[in-house]
Amino acid sequence: MGSFFHQHPRLTPYLLLLPGMAWLGFFFLIPLGYLGYQSLESGTYGNFEFTWEFSNFTNAFTDYREQLFRSFLYAGVATTVALLLSYPLVYWIAFRAGPWRNLFLLFIVAPFFVTYLVRTLAWLSILNDQGPVIGFLRDIHVLGADEGLLYSTFAVIAGITYNFFPFMALPLYVSLEQIDPRLLEAAKDLYASSTQAFLRVTLPLSAPGIVAGTLLTFIPAAGDFINAALLGTTQQTMIGNVIQAKFLTSLDYPTAASLSFILMAMILVALLVYARVVGTEKLTG
Amino acid sequence: MNPRLTRQELLRRGAAGGALLAFPSLLAACGGGDGGSESSGELKDVLNFENWPYYMDTKETRTAAGLTGPTTLEQFDQEKGIKVNYYEGIDSNDGYFAKIQGQLSQGQGIGRDIIVATDNSQFPSLYVSEEYVQKLDKSLIPNFANLIDAQQSPGFDPDRSYSLPWLTGIDGIGWNEELTGGPVTSMTQLFTDPKLKGKVTLLTEMADTLGLVLIDNGDDPTDVSDEAFDRAIKSVQDALDAGQILKFTGNDYGPPLARGDFAACVAWSGDLAQLVLENENLKWAVPEKGGIIWTDNMFIPLGGSVPTASTYMNFVYDPKIAAQIALGTGYISSVKGVKDEALKLDPKAGSNELVFPSDQTLANLHMNDPNMVSNADFITTWQSVKGQ
Repeated sequence: MGSFFHQHPRLTPYLLLLPGMAWLGFFFLIPLGYLGYQSLESGTYGNFEFTWEFSNFTNAFTDYREQLFRSFLYAGVATTVALLLSYPLVYWIAFRAGPWRNLFLLFIVAPFFVTYLVRTLAWLSILNDQGPVIGFLRDIHVLGADEGLLYSTFAVIAGITYNFFPFMALPLYVSLEQIDPRLLEAAKDLYASSTQAFLRVTLPLSAPGIVAGTLLTFIPAAGDFINAALLGTTQQTMIGNVIQAKFLTSLDYPTAASLSFILMAMILVALLVYARVVGTEKLTG
Repeated sequence: MNPRLTRQELLRRGAAGGALLAFPSLLAACGGGDGGSESSGELKDVLNFENWPYYMDTKETRTAAGLTGPTTLEQFDQEKGIKVNYYEGIDSNDGYFAKIQGQLSQGQGIGRDIIVATDNSQFPSLYVSEEYVQKLDKSLIPNFANLIDAQQSPGFDPDRSYSLPWLTGIDGIGWNEELTGGPVTSMTQLFTDPKLKGKVTLLTEMADTLGLVLIDNGDDPTDVSDEAFDRAIKSVQDALDAGQILKFTGNDYGPPLARGDFAACVAWSGDLAQLVLENENLKWAVPEKGGIIWTDNMFIPLGGSVPTASTYMNFVYDPKIAAQIALGTGYISSVKGVKDEALKLDPKAGSNELVFPSDQTLANLHMNDPNMVSNADFITTWQSVKGQ
């Protein structure tokens, strides 16, 4: 086999790609093809038939426009909040934490040692009406006596932000940590104020981290359903909840499959627009 | 030998490993596990029983009901030498069916010997018609004779070849008196009382919630017309739009109701009898205009051990045991002679309205229209009201 690679050096990269491609084929393309097939079926559980039922897509879109829009809104807000919260934090860790850097990074990742579901359930205890947070907020009159935070848009977005926070913070940290501090000194030598140095040196150099972080946060957040299911009400239903219920409760596979495709297509379009706006070179750093 | 891999070796091993990984294991993965589809004919020393929460007597509920001695499952183990792995994984009929139908439709077992489904859903008839369940071995169930007449011949299983009732319960309204300041006696109050705003939950099961709404609207829940159904849907939708309703739940309404996150909800009778042990402010009642009565049925799914499951069914159809289960859970038994046994255990048991509803209460209870619960259009509409 060794001599085979020597005789056909140009084939080597393809052969090396083979396991990965086979993996992708089996676990992504084939299921995706099957999902596409299901999305064009009609009928009810027990007697689905393939009938090129394109109306599944239009019906699913009109019926669940609200949930689709809401998912993108929540994911967008959560991504923005995560960015605004994590940037100063990781900036401080990258430039000021000195020898404690790894410890602080560990703090960011530590919640991930607990499973997703349990982390979200923890918010139920934190935010419930009898919990300490609500008690304190009521005592200082931020909340009225019968106002709460659980089962609200606030709770759902807070849950998403919290759950995807490390996906924003870690890529940001990597890009900030790589910045050569001498570049900032050089900017100061050229009479840049701290603000100017940040805006013209640090921020552009951390752009790949921002882009990577927003993508890693936004994409899973748009399809999330755990947070809305546990922390929200029927007014906060996201598209992930609809797809989950269609697949796992009402066994309406065609609608579930077409909704999955609609979500995928919308995320793809959002990505293309985003790439256009920020420039593709930022995606690769 | 040089322990370091040469580049060539690495490539060779990598390629071989990749090929190995990619093909046979994938085929195996596609084939699916065996999921416990072994022979169904042997009596085993373990019974896997999947049920709803709040549906089996525990130490705490026995104490509260004045019962002494080991729990039903412990007694079964002691007497028959069969240990019960008891799972509380059923939170809704449709959700549970969706979870297990994949394996059952391939003829595989689901690692359970007994599962439970409610007669006010389409699933009991679906289990039978799709042949997802096995026949009981009635030779092992002499206590079958103790089944009450009213339950002898349900539509989904006319001669009870596949099923036996587990327990019967009532849909009513549960509330936390501390938060409501008084009783909640009607669905209209549940849907409009400003004191309950945003703290009401409904059951995710269509038959339970809409059954009560139909009665409240003055419609007949036992024979539901399209117009009556639409009226009921509109009542729920209006309450949703007004922000009165927080969520649709299964048994998961229990902990938040006990904690005080929810003020009032559509709730199952016996659940509240058990939840009141956690919060004494919890109350439950049949709405003044009437409630819904239903029965859960035990089935033996494919792959389940028929002799083991049948042995268990025979055990719980002994009125002595059935009385303990009924008193320990607060639900109604379908076993003849339960009341006599219950009175031996607790002379005051006869006045327990949850376990032995009076004729007056029974007259105010209705069964769901079986055509409503299997109507595909109704089910779709109900799903979309729930935002799904």
